[in-house]
Amino acid sequence: MKQFQYVRPATQQAVLDVINKPGALALNSVVSENKLVADKYPLLAMALKAGASPQLRNMATVGGNMMQRTRCTYFYDTAMPCNKRVPGSGCGAYEGVNRMHAIFGTSTQCIAVHPSDMCVGLAALDAMVIIAGKKGERRLPFTEFHRLPGDHPETDNRLAPDEMIVALEIPDNNFAKNSYYLKVRDRQSYAFALVSVAAALDIENGIIRHARLAMGGVAHKPWRLFDAEKSLIGKRVSEESFQQAAQLAMQGAKGFGYNSFKLKLAPAGIAEALKQASGLV
Amino acid sequence: MENEKTCTGPENELDVKDSSRRNFLKQSSLLTAVALTPGAAVKAAEMHVDEKIAAVFEKMPLKMEVNGKQQNLSVEPRSTLLDILREQLDLTGTKKGCDHGQCGACTVHVDGIRVNSCLTLGVMMNGKKITTIEGLAKGDQLHPMQEAFIKHDGFQCGYCTPGQIMSAVACIREGHAGSETEIREYMSGNICRCGAYPNIVNAIQEVKSGGQTV
Repeated sequence: MKQFQYVRPATQQAVLDVINKPGALALNSVVSENKLVADKYPLLAMALKAGASPQLRNMATVGGNMMQRTRCTYFYDTAMPCNKRVPGSGCGAYEGVNRMHAIFGTSTQCIAVHPSDMCVGLAALDAMVIIAGKKGERRLPFTEFHRLPGDHPETDNRLAPDEMIVALEIPDNNFAKNSYYLKVRDRQSYAFALVSVAAALDIENGIIRHARLAMGGVAHKPWRLFDAEKSLIGKRVSEESFQQAAQLAMQGAKGFGYNSFKLKLAPAGIAEALKQASGLV
Repeated sequence: MENEKTCTGPENELDVKDSSRRNFLKQSSLLTAVALTPGAAVKAAEMHVDEKIAAVFEKMPLKMEVNGKQQNLSVEPRSTLLDILREQLDLTGTKKGCDHGQCGACTVHVDGIRVNSCLTLGVMMNGKKITTIEGLAKGDQLHPMQEAFIKHDGFQCGYCTPGQIMSAVACIREGHAGSETEIREYMSGNICRCGAYPNIVNAIQEVKSGGQTV
């Protein structure tokens, strides 16, 4: 058995490698504290810092963060049914205490949410997942890495059993100036998101040229808001256009009782994140 | 066998798991062996031969420095750093609270970086330098953070305190103790059920503003 080893960049070049191609083993704390990440992809740094605790970020790797289970409290409670834990056994959350649960992309089999903040940032930033397997390397857009529950909630992502994540690539962008990660949670720190929003805007003379939006705490996977993004292109930075985008993003949302407050919290969060990102506050 | 030690609290659970696993090994190897050579197998089981063999094959060497002292250990691959510190090295200052990364009571420094030792596998620590709460004081002279916790009453029951202090020291070293808000954010991985938070923040602020080397 080989000894395990974490990667901790020691040289400037190694740091650059982390930025341009965050290795699967790069620690969350190292990536989040890195100056070049902060300068170039502040959204990712903000999302990382919103996640877990300082100690956990010192241990969590980029790949490990991606691979954490989409799960809820019923997944842990062996006295209750869970289609993730025991496929076909039923879902305790569907008609249960589902305050933390999903409002998008749910199935009758599972309404758990993916808990990561980092992944919400990466989904918004069009990251590419580099996967190595027996047949060589393949590339998968980050938004396609995690999957919706459908009839197979036991499968969280599209990584095959004989594959591993080796790196991530984040394309160059002009979002650094106007990025914001909003996380709404029960405590100010160290709690899973009720709703989180990653917002990134490319603004020129008050007009939005490009927009990226993704949400956490609302779906089985990081939830990218493609339609809302499109609606913002060419629009002037304004409360009105942000509200419109937020309403558009909510199409198809469905509450399950305890979590129905998210139907109001989510659009409010989107509008707020866009305001913060654009400096309209 | 280290598990013969009398333990209280969460460690008991480990003992139970461990002994039931060994019983399983004993019984399963016994059953297999009985079919072949009954007499010898029964005798081997009585002498705990399988346990002795398993102990050799199941363990891995681990060399790490703990509080400045080199340790050459033999550990099970599944052992956490926390259990190795507490059970094998008798460094019981590091506490086991939740045992799954939620409370921070087990916080130690690995090569100067704070981690949850309950989520750290011992075999990953080869060649690493570990600092626990026992390694902060210099002889009878307490670490400034320990002094500050006493002065500001930064605890009630004290169970979370070793983790709080290890985290607090790291918080200052990382440069994350610039304001009360920042301290609260960067101490959020350490839960205190007695609610000594304001006093903990005061202790950290004093050490930070005192400018002493932590």
